Amino acid sequence: MSTADFLLELRSEEIPARMQAGAREELEKLFRREMDAAGVATGELIVWSTPRRLALIARGLPQATDAVSEELKGPPVGAPDQAIEGFCRKAGVSRDELEQREVKGRATYFALKNIPGRATKDVLAVAIPAVIRDFSWPKSMRWGAASISTGSLRWVRPLSGIVALLGQDIVECEVHGVTSGAVTLGHRYHHSGDITIGDADDYAVKLRAAHVIVDHEERATLIRDGATEVAREAGLNLVEDEGLVIENAGLTEWPIPLLGRFEEDYLEVPPETIQLTARVNQKYFVCENSDGKLANAFICTANIEAEDGGAAIVDGNRKVLAARLSDARFFWDVDRKRTLAEHAEGLKRITFHEKLGTVADKVERVAKLARWLVDEGIVKGADPDMAEQAARLAKADLVTEMVGEFPELQGLMGGYYARAEGLPDEVADAIRDHYKPVGQGDDVPTAPVTVAVSLADKLDTLQGFFGIDEKPTGSKDPFALRRAALGVIRLVTENDLRFAVADGELLDFFADRLKVQQREAGIRHDLIDAVFALGGEDDLVRLLARVKALQNYIETAEGADLLAAYKRASNILKKEDWEGASDADPIETGEEDPLALVDDPAMAKVAAAQMEASRQKARKSLSYTPEPAEKDLIDALDDAEPKAEAALAAEDFEAAMTALATLRAPIDAFFDNVTVNDADAAKRAARLDLLARFRDAVERVADFGRIEG
Amino acid sequence: MTRDPRTSFQDMILTLHDFWSAQGCLILQPYDLRMGAGTFHTATTLRALGPEPWNAAFVQPCRRPTDGRYGENPNRLQHYYQYQVILKPSPPDIQELYLESLATIGIDPLKHDIRFVEDDWESPTLGAWGLGWEVWCDGMEVTQFTYFQQMGGFDCKPVAGELTYGLERLAMYIQGVDNVYDLNFNGGTSSSSEAAGRERRVSYGDVFLENEKQMSKWNFEVADTDGLLKAFEMAEAECRNALEKDVPIAAYEQAVEASHIFNLLQARGVISVQERASYMGRVRDLARGSCEAHMAKEAERWAEKYPEWSK
Repeated sequence: MSTADFLLELRSEEIPARMQAGAREELEKLFRREMDAAGVATGELIVWSTPRRLALIARGLPQATDAVSEELKGPPVGAPDQAIEGFCRKAGVSRDELEQREVKGRATYFALKNIPGRATKDVLAVAIPAVIRDFSWPKSMRWGAASISTGSLRWVRPLSGIVALLGQDIVECEVHGVTSGAVTLGHRYHHSGDITIGDADDYAVKLRAAHVIVDHEERATLIRDGATEVAREAGLNLVEDEGLVIENAGLTEWPIPLLGRFEEDYLEVPPETIQLTARVNQKYFVCENSDGKLANAFICTANIEAEDGGAAIVDGNRKVLAARLSDARFFWDVDRKRTLAEHAEGLKRITFHEKLGTVADKVERVAKLARWLVDEGIVKGADPDMAEQAARLAKADLVTEMVGEFPELQGLMGGYYARAEGLPDEVADAIRDHYKPVGQGDDVPTAPVTVAVSLADKLDTLQGFFGIDEKPTGSKDPFALRRAALGVIRLVTENDLRFAVADGELLDFFADRLKVQQREAGIRHDLIDAVFALGGEDDLVRLLARVKALQNYIETAEGADLLAAYKRASNILKKEDWEGASDADPIETGEEDPLALVDDPAMAKVAAAQMEASRQKARKSLSYTPEPAEKDLIDALDDAEPKAEAALAAEDFEAAMTALATLRAPIDAFFDNVTVNDADAAKRAARLDLLARFRDAVERVADFGRIEG
Repeated sequence: MTRDPRTSFQDMILTLHDFWSAQGCLILQPYDLRMGAGTFHTATTLRALGPEPWNAAFVQPCRRPTDGRYGENPNRLQHYYQYQVILKPSPPDIQELYLESLATIGIDPLKHDIRFVEDDWESPTLGAWGLGWEVWCDGMEVTQFTYFQQMGGFDCKPVAGELTYGLERLAMYIQGVDNVYDLNFNGGTSSSSEAAGRERRVSYGDVFLENEKQMSKWNFEVADTDGLLKAFEMAEAECRNALEKDVPIAAYEQAVEASHIFNLLQARGVISVQERASYMGRVRDLARGSCEAHMAKEAERWAEKYPEWSK
């Protein structure tokens, strides 16, 4: 069967740059949906975007869909007329077209439908309006005369033209008064008049002749390479910024990077402010000198090839940037007239949260907490006075002019201002970096004063919002608590900070975050669960060490065998509903968590003594001579239990695993050679007790019941 | 005498008037109330409601007390001009018309980089929002371009297109001037005090510098805050009075008045952060209430005249 290429172009007024990537995906998705529903096979699709158009090319569409016959089963013969007529309507056949067949000995109506193949052109004529109507934009609008009534078409900006060609034929359709055709427009300023497209093959070619590069990736490459080149020509290095490349590609149909210079005097303000205002407000690239310092140059991306080579454009852009830099310098000068401590007074006027007081209140709490973290030796190597001072000043830049204008510079400006007024580097660094780590890939502070402030800030936020029951739900996390928790986890684990981070719900929240965070490091979430399930573990460093040791062991063949044996023992005990062993174990009689006892050095000895006594009792109470495999398991447990306990108490989790590993052979032998369900009730009870003892020994290391596999 | 929009601020305005007049716009005069933006003019807000076509252009003086810089900043003014065009329903060639208007005042899009950059507009005070762009000329924002979607909390049916040109910025650009006070206001070429009529060059500074100095001082330092607080209450009360008597246009004027007094109170620094939200809420209630009353008063007539329209 013959095939043809299909071209669709949806032209509109300027589509926001940030929405174009999503729009390309949406176009492809909806087009495929329509073609799949109609049974038109689609191969690879090309999707392009410019500010003024979305384009799709589908190569090699069949000219028609295959004929399909379909058979629909209806009600039995003799059913009420209503039911039969309803079926006819649904099937789209008349009553005399129905056929009768036997189904399980009953005469039943059938509708036979032969759906003939459809011309792809007809399919497309219906599909295009459907794609446009169902298109989902982050924000859409109505326009023009038709918007007098509700239900007029919504699009990102007014939709102004449709090109739809299958082969060389126009696919005729109409949406919201826009009729499809073969005609499009070129560059807004470099080309006037209509362009008639012949087919999918000459689309990009004809547009290029009209100063439009339809392929967004080609424009991105032109910008990337062009910016690098103009920087190089000026003896500078481009500061690469892929986000800006894509944004500028989304703002232009014929991109021309141009380099300009600004007055060198402006370089006295922090380079980040220059880079930020150039990037955010003006979408300019910046450059560095060969020494790696910011240069007094910018690169803007024009959308035209100006007659004067862009001199007027560069000059205009230079003025705009100068005005912005002049503002930045003004802020920089004004802000430094007051100390951070003076600025911090202004925090009393900013509400942090209505139930949590002002930012000044928060600062006070964070200052105390930061100091406490140092005083308690949790954060080692920091001067407590510095930690407190840095915490008190960390938020002061929020009320400076510069951060008011550029909120992204929070922290960073505080650091600059702190250094400018002569505060110690440790304090200035802590102010600068206390928001870190911001994301998964961000650096984690290691400087002790910074660690104390950063950790205190995040813990205060988490405790505060959990205290007023403002917890994240589903996708809603308005106070960015997940990020704060992740920050705490990374600060604690990467700096090896040993303390109880939280309790109750907040600890559970940390457990969840830890699972997400550790997934990337290849740590299994079920193992984290298995350790958390022991209860009472609020020391994330110890918890992770335990999980890692567990994972190393469980992923060996021996570990897998032990897990299997544990599950077997545990299943038998469950099936037999056997609770016997716990009576013999004083450690598990109370509400007190056994680990809590073991963790407390003073209690560890007592616990060990109690356990030993219980073991003696269990051994002595054996009223028969155990079988060899049974005896071996008892001996192995006698040997492994105290070793595992001691290892756990010493937080040597590898050694605890090694101790457990010695049980693997005896337990396997026990299962192979000993009948648990012995006719002798005493033997049965003792053996079930033994299995329970094995289970408990394993569970002291982790709740193996939660481990998958 | 021929106009030269490239050397004269007033000729630039007159050229825009000529252009939009030729496009069928009514050329209106500024609203005689102090307001923060041309959007507050009833020719924009109230006319954006309802089904009746409306095409108008006008200059509106805008007052933003907190932007005052005592005449010392080359770009910032507490009083400046916007050129406002409203086209309802938005015509299909509105962007092309706008670009033509730029060409008439001397901006050549093959020399200068004109770009439509996403910028959506929202005025919580007016219960209004729209989608559109800020128009960049060589990186400088020269116009706000908005398709109104809602006004006073009501869907705009049909949608109006609004163009707001920053006149001083545009003129600075066209005249190649770095300081607003250096703008040539009348196109005169002689700085001699003996030159007469149009020959004598009058700068924007000659006209407004002293105003900026005095008004900045008044806005920030002098205005009687007790009086302003009372004036705010009075405007609020009068707005409610007018609403009660079913004269929504009069009510709307009081809402505009209250909005400006609030801005003055802000400049005087007597409104705390906490109070700020509450004042804004009060202004919003007045503005929305007026729009609602206007809608209620006209809805029946509109529905009769335009059967496809509904509130």
